[in-house]
Amino acid sequence: MAMKEKLKNILVLFYTFFKIGLFTFGGGYAMVGIIQNNIVEKKKWIKQDEFFEILVIAESTPGPISVNVATYVGYKVAGIVGSIFSTFGLVLPSLLIIYVISLFFDEFLALEIVNKAFKGIKVGVMVLLITTIIKLAKQMKRDAYFYIVMSIALIIMITFSIFIPDFTWISLILIGIGLALGIINTAIANHHQKEKIK
Amino acid sequence: MIFLELFGVFFLIGLFTFGGGYAMIPLIEAQVVSRGWMEVSQLYDFIAVSEVTPGPFAINIATFIGSSQAGFFGAFCATLGVVLPAFIVIILLASVLAKFSNSKYIKGAVNGVKPIIIALISSTVILLMVKSFFFGGNSLTSPFIIDRTTIALFVIIFIFTLIYKKVTKKNFNTILLLILSGIFGMIVF
Repeated sequence: MAMKEKLKNILVLFYTFFKIGLFTFGGGYAMVGIIQNNIVEKKKWIKQDEFFEILVIAESTPGPISVNVATYVGYKVAGIVGSIFSTFGLVLPSLLIIYVISLFFDEFLALEIVNKAFKGIKVGVMVLLITTIIKLAKQMKRDAYFYIVMSIALIIMITFSIFIPDFTWISLILIGIGLALGIINTAIANHHQKEKIK
Repeated sequence: MIFLELFGVFFLIGLFTFGGGYAMIPLIEAQVVSRGWMEVSQLYDFIAVSEVTPGPFAINIATFIGSSQAGFFGAFCATLGVVLPAFIVIILLASVLAKFSNSKYIKGAVNGVKPIIIALISSTVILLMVKSFFFGGNSLTSPFIIDRTTIALFVIIFIFTLIYKKVTKKNFNTILLLILSGIFGMIVF
């Protein structure tokens, strides 16, 4: 029974990440919305808080974010075999599609209709990302810390993207600062608690 | 041997790129050009197509370059190379983190970084919108053109999803949303 259950989970992992690989356009964050809907809300494979942890880990470890997420979720649900199948599922659509395109590269570029469809899908991705941001923010404790840190980080990110777009370490630095602030907050809260007990 | 070379080059690229695929473009350019695999202009054609085709950018560009150098097995080796470092690092972290995830300080650290994650995703979508609406989808240094069709399409899809959510209390199916956006794109652009 347990074996059968595991096998089923592995197949569903493969299928889910295959879908994600097939419909993710552009950079890694485009997939955040699809994962939030499918893995966190529908399948409930990982908890909301865990999803944030994964995003933090993915952003601060090497490699494409989508691969990090697929590996982590697969590992959580069904161990190493799960992570192999979810990553393989994520990669397979790209491998097949791009291979076929590379055979007919010049003809493909000339297809006007393909370009138009891609332009439309990009707009869909924007809408998806905005609804995801709203959804994620709703689930967080939105105190003064949240608003201040978020606004400052947003201003810094946009400024860097405009003036120094090649400096990609900035997101990593911001994450580091966020982690440090979180630890300091916890330490202060801890200290206050001890004071009260005294 | 070209297969090993492709695997090795993309393993290094996967290992040294943090935070998403675009960060790896300079590294790829340096490697690909110095090895004489292709001209810079051809690489940028590949990059453009990798951006607009489905799948993570890093995987697409690796598959593209691998396939152009050594056919399907070349594409497989390059893709395996770019995926493997992330795969190994995450497996190691996931097994370690499971032991510590109940620690008060780990939870505090994750809470501290939540607003940063929101800011990172927001800046991605804001830049994507500004580029698509006012710069023809290109970089911010290209000429300023207001793209009314894209803006209108965005507003329509956004309002549609809001109304759908209000009426049915459910989110509109994400995959279906993207397919519909693609069909609308073919019609309006």
